[in-house]
Amino acid sequence: MTLGTWVILAALTAYIIKASGYLLPQAWLDRPSVTELASTLTVGLLASLTTLNTVADGQALVPDSRLLSLLAGGIALKLKAPYIVVVIVGALAAALGRQVGLA
Amino acid sequence: MSGTLLRDRLTPAVRMGLSISIAVGAYGISFGALSVAAGLNVWQTMVLSALMFTGGSQFAFIAVIGGAGTGAAAWAAATLLGIRNGIYGMQLKALIRPPASLIPLMAQLTIDESTATAVAQNDHDERVRGFWTAGVGVYLLWNTFTLVGALAGDAIGDPKMWGLDGAAVAAFLGLLWPRLTSKDPIAIAIIAAIATVMAIPLVPPGIPVLIAAAVTAAVWGWRHYWRRSAS
Repeated sequence: MTLGTWVILAALTAYIIKASGYLLPQAWLDRPSVTELASTLTVGLLASLTTLNTVADGQALVPDSRLLSLLAGGIALKLKAPYIVVVIVGALAAALGRQVGLA
Repeated sequence: MSGTLLRDRLTPAVRMGLSISIAVGAYGISFGALSVAAGLNVWQTMVLSALMFTGGSQFAFIAVIGGAGTGAAAWAAATLLGIRNGIYGMQLKALIRPPASLIPLMAQLTIDESTATAVAQNDHDERVRGFWTAGVGVYLLWNTFTLVGALAGDAIGDPKMWGLDGAAVAAFLGLLWPRLTSKDPIAIAIIAAIATVMAIPLVPPGIPVLIAAAVTAAVWGWRHYWRRSAS
């Protein structure tokens, strides 16, 4: 098969996986224990995504200026800054870290 | 008058969705440039962003091709990384209960950012607004910047220099933060973070989130069982 065919096939597969999650029956999802699990999973997923974005570079653990972003973002949140300010503070912290020569 | 209307529309979920769209969407420029450098043409690059539309899988696909791997290996790598989107779909269906007619479109927009923005909200309408704002926002920006990157190549430079990777870190932390209201969620967050750090070097990118989800579910299941047998 050509590269173009594999591109299309991989894109279709990605869509089928995305859609498959929505096929679970709603009655099953309405059970109280499932709702409780879903809210616990929310915290786990958000914590995992935050961690990944902070220290992962492919399969390597790379501590770099993103740790400053995590710290600065945490301080901004502690001070109850609006969400957009938190995001901007995160960007500034990483950019400043690199200005002073951190990775 | 229109100022008030605008402010009413810019609910917290919408503002979160817009912020995360900008922080993440601009990364499309890296993808576009790297994809062309890996040997895909502009059309193939755009098909990946428009149809596959899940960043981790797209980067994996072009990394395999760029490393002279086969199309089948690129397909397998991309597919492995996309599995978490299936979990996100279940989570979104449980929390949002979307009408069946919207599911085909929602499925396409089901990615890290739209899921995270939706599940971080506390009421149904905000979840819906968060999902669509982040989903459509990332989609438009990711595709626009992919095209820019594919056409301009390396001329633009690395979005890292603008601190955009740091913006993404703060964006996800900002979604997690309001959930950390008591000991239980804080413990879960720490366990999930540790599981993620431990998994990163051991498994391909995209899988650590699944491992963290499995560990979270196991901790929940254990506590659930313990509480039931105690009462």
